[in-house]
Amino acid sequence: MTSFSGKKLTCIRGERVVFNDLDFSINEGEVLYLKGPNGSGKSTLLRLMAGLLRPVNGTLTWNNKNIYQDEGLFRSLTHYVGHQDAVKTALTVEENLRFWAEMNSDIKEKSTVQKALQEFSLDSFSTLPARFLSAGQRKRLNLARLCTTWAPLWLLDEPSNSLDSDSVNVLTAAISTHQKKGGIVAIATHENLDVHSNSLDISMFTNFKIKSRDYDGW
Amino acid sequence: MAGKSIQVFFKLIQREILLAIRHGSDSCMIVLFFVIVVVLFPLSVGPEPGILTRISAGIIWVSALLSVMLSMDRLFQSDYEDGNLDLLILASEPLELIVLAKTVAHWLTTGFPLIIISPVLALFLNMDTSGYSTLLIALTLGTPTLSLVGAIGAALILGARRSGVLLSLLVLPLFIPILIFGVSAVDASLTNLSSKPQLLILGGLFLAGLVLCPWASAAALRQAAE
Repeated sequence: MTSFSGKKLTCIRGERVVFNDLDFSINEGEVLYLKGPNGSGKSTLLRLMAGLLRPVNGTLTWNNKNIYQDEGLFRSLTHYVGHQDAVKTALTVEENLRFWAEMNSDIKEKSTVQKALQEFSLDSFSTLPARFLSAGQRKRLNLARLCTTWAPLWLLDEPSNSLDSDSVNVLTAAISTHQKKGGIVAIATHENLDVHSNSLDISMFTNFKIKSRDYDGW
Repeated sequence: MAGKSIQVFFKLIQREILLAIRHGSDSCMIVLFFVIVVVLFPLSVGPEPGILTRISAGIIWVSALLSVMLSMDRLFQSDYEDGNLDLLILASEPLELIVLAKTVAHWLTTGFPLIIISPVLALFLNMDTSGYSTLLIALTLGTPTLSLVGAIGAALILGARRSGVLLSLLVLPLFIPILIFGVSAVDASLTNLSSKPQLLILGGLFLAGLVLCPWASAAALRQAAE
């Protein structure tokens, strides 16, 4: 049974404790919602899960193995969708998607990329340079990456931002399909996606106290 | 696995070159900058052929250095701004390999055009024909090292304000050895001495840079992504 978990995670960003002693665990076929107000550390936790940030303390494990033992392997199991859309405006929609599909696996088949474009209804402008896309379309292009190659762990940071309701439904469907295939999803969002899920309130771990002596002499 | 890494390496070079072609003006501007800086010298020190012959190698090298440095800041900056950098770091291939691929592509789109245009500028500065071949070899060995060293600076300045100025302060001092040996190689062959020792040192600097610089750049990029 595949599982992804973190124990006693502490993260410090520039002298500020973002969260402390945070535990989470996600099993095969589960979706974890990260809840919390703006600035509570949802994005930070996702970047930590992806391996872009290192925790000051605590461990992240994939199938009970520390992810830092074989980072290359862990990265090949992960799809990360961040705030930024990672779209090269000078390339066409299809070139953008094809590049990441080929980076992430050996696939040469045109069909996988085409299918992903269709799924997120981007196929009608596949030859258009990406600079002509709207914010929502760029987001969809970034999300289409999820469907080109299989990776069991999806880390999604505000994936429904600037999406219209139809696209949100497509995203929800993609997440449900991923769940059924035994994938794991961690998602930070303010929208209520219609997906069966657990949730984790980060703000529970952020009510740290600033020691008064830090401010002595001010 | 090794096959996959090589495939990714060439895939990335291909994409970077495609991007450079689509943003064709960027590379053209660097070459034009190179030409204009070289042209400034006869205008400032006077058109006397003897003086120009004497300083031609130095002028071409200094201008090449400045041009490469000017082109450096776009190496990682756009990836950093549009989020591609996160995904490149998260790719299953080692980041060092990805940095190397980007550096190779950078050299092909900036250093290489400079080498192509340099004989014309050498002619313009009245350089003796005996120096041409050495100039080309020295630039071929030296400009990749400039790209490799510059990549460290380009990675370090991500997220900094006034990054262009900071980049030149970081990188130009490191370019000095290449400048010294590059110029003295050409001077040696102009005075009918062997330029082999200088060229060997340039080659050595290139090999050392090839091995060490991608590691330093990758470390700086990981730092920038945090």
